[in-house]
Amino acid sequence: MSRLRTAALVGNPNAGKSALFNALTGARQKIANYPGVTVERKAGRMFLPSGEPVELIDLPGSYSLDPASPDEEVTRQVVQGDFPGEPVPDVLIVVVDAANLEQHLVFAQELIALGRPTVVALNMVDMAERDGLVLDADALSAALGVPVISTVAVRKRGIDALVEAMGDAENQDPSTRHEVAGQTLPERRLAARNMAKGAILTEDSKHRLHAKLDKVLLHPWLGPPILFALLFVIFQAVFAWATPFADALDGGITALIGVVEGAMPDGVVRDFLTEGVLTGVGSVVVFLPQIIILFAFILAMEQSGYMARAAFIMDRLMAYVGLSGRSFIPLLSSFACAIPGIMATRSIADPKDRLTTILVAPLMTCSARLPVYAVIIAAFIPATTVGPGIGLQGLVLFGLYVAGIVGAMAAALVLRRTVAKGGASGFIMEMPRYQMPPLRDMAIGLWQRAWVFLRRAGTIIFIATIALWVLLSFPKAEPGESQVDASIAGHVADGMHVILSPIGFNREISLAIIPAMAAREVAVSALATTYAVEGADEEEEAEGLIPRLQAGWTLPTALAFLAWFVFAPQCISTIAVAKRETNGWKWPVFMLVYLFGAAYVFAGLTYWSAVALGL
Amino acid sequence: MENDLTLDLLAPLERAEITHVDWSVLAPDEGKRLRAMGIDEGARVAIAHRGIFIGRDPIAIMVGRMNVAIRRVHARAMQVKRV
Ligand SMILES: Nc1nc2c(ncn2[C@@H]2O[C@H](COP(=O)(O)OP(=O)(O)OP(=O)(O)O)[C@@H](O)[C@H]2O)c(=O)[nH]1
Ligand SMILES: [Mg+2]
Repeated sequence: MSRLRTAALVGNPNAGKSALFNALTGARQKIANYPGVTVERKAGRMFLPSGEPVELIDLPGSYSLDPASPDEEVTRQVVQGDFPGEPVPDVLIVVVDAANLEQHLVFAQELIALGRPTVVALNMVDMAERDGLVLDADALSAALGVPVISTVAVRKRGIDALVEAMGDAENQDPSTRHEVAGQTLPERRLAARNMAKGAILTEDSKHRLHAKLDKVLLHPWLGPPILFALLFVIFQAVFAWATPFADALDGGITALIGVVEGAMPDGVVRDFLTEGVLTGVGSVVVFLPQIIILFAFILAMEQSGYMARAAFIMDRLMAYVGLSGRSFIPLLSSFACAIPGIMATRSIADPKDRLTTILVAPLMTCSARLPVYAVIIAAFIPATTVGPGIGLQGLVLFGLYVAGIVGAMAAALVLRRTVAKGGASGFIMEMPRYQMPPLRDMAIGLWQRAWVFLRRAGTIIFIATIALWVLLSFPKAEPGESQVDASIAGHVADGMHVILSPIGFNREISLAIIPAMAAREVAVSALATTYAVEGADEEEEAEGLIPRLQAGWTLPTALAFLAWFVFAPQCISTIAVAKRETNGWKWPVFMLVYLFGAAYVFAGLTYWSAVALGL
Repeated sequence: MENDLTLDLLAPLERAEITHVDWSVLAPDEGKRLRAMGIDEGARVAIAHRGIFIGRDPIAIMVGRMNVAIRRVHARAMQVKRV
């Protein structure tokens, strides 16, 4: 039996390798318009015209086989057969950007010179046309000595021809390839320039959209306020636009609780459904609209090419704390989740720079904190406006994000002068061309994020909440005793409370922050469940979480709770990824200690100052 | 005094050729990355944008059809002649 054949997509960053991978395999790998999106090897299954299955491998973009950062090293290992447990790919698909041939052909020559069966995908021909370039794929094929197929990965154009060429690739005779490939870098550069010239049929340097846009967006005085205003609008929108949808969801869940209570007899099963599942998990699910709005903005920034401009603008400020704009993209991705953010640091060349970025990434406000912040803000901050179109709630949310950023910068400043000391790092980044974000990709991206969120709610958040509900519900309280007091969880919380009461935390918070280690959103569902269990034995009318918070918490406690969540590393998965990316326990343990330390101190400072101010 | 002209001193969109690079200013991996991007002795470059109002750093330089952001200290390590 012959083994499964493998083919690998290789090429410069941002050439469209992952977009081709998705088109060829039907996968949904992340694609975005900035260099360094893919940072690890990904495999998928595709079929040749003969029906033979092929394992297709998507690789991080690279400028050469001489790696300058950890992600490029992965590419080198796979291409040269040094990757553990991975055979040398049978076919290389070299992806080049048609609108930037003179650069992309340099690495392409290095790959072709390996003498392996090779197909070149001349991708983004639509972008080249937009820039006024018409290219001759046959001329390029003649010059390179390998088949060249024109493709538009995002519109699935040229995919069939590419698959066909892959099927024929293993019959290639590398000895017939021309000696175009220069041996040295300057030789390859010269050859690339000549081949690019030879492949261009017509060229008119008509509209160069990005130059005009950059004039405004990278303007020394206008650029920074535009970026700041954009971030501000995002957080206003998260509150303002989501409210009607969130209210509708909330109403739906409350109605459902009513139905269950009406239809089922009193008992443990009904309590489990209403207190644990619907109240607990439901309290997290209502934040779906907020999550979707946040991601719509992040995706639009990533797809349009603005993300790289944001990095350009932020570089100067990052330089003050010893980082570079290169760290800005992983940090901005951490707004979604710190895990991909930490992964994205693989494209940072300098090891100390990378380590610092990993250590501060959990301070960026990930989307799992959004429900926690939103619920406290909704309960304690009035929904008034403080200016035309500026809501106070959105402003406070923006403030919490800023607190995370400032915290991250301060931590980076300290780390770069202590444990991650090193020379000043540089900033080198290719600026991608602007693109209109394709609506279809945006919709798929949003659907994926929504699905991930709901799946989390259905799995980890569900399990953590149910576990807490069980611990809260047993053993059953004696008549006259509070159920929470009697329960196992209540006893654990009493112990925790000793440590946490100095910083203003009540027993419900002490109860909530342990299961919230599994996922931060659990803090919300845990509070909802705790109050539901407590409420049941007080024979009260079922109330929502927000009125219960308003009744039970003081403002200083609520503020301390927010401050805790700005810093606390409340997420086991983040710790696990940090361990993998730093190859050991040393740094994740360091991260845990410094972040919990900071969380305790800042929650305390917030509480004491709020009390002193008489809030 | 053309010899003292470094990349950071060019006016925007002024075309120039890199004549000499003091690679010791760059970390080895950064030098490697720049060379891989075609920013090397002999390359034709121009400044597309200068950074934000604080320090006018970084600089976006045009090389071929590409814009690449680099720090000013790196641009200062590159001697250029106008073409
Ligand atoms: N117009 C157009 N855009 C494309 C095409 N192929 C990819 N793109 C876009 O180009 C950008 C980069 O695509 P990716 O597939 O992420 O590129 P990559 O080569 O995997 O990039 P890295 O993982 O960073 O190395 C995305 O914004 C895509 O939507 C194409 O053929 N035409
Ligand atoms: Mg990719």
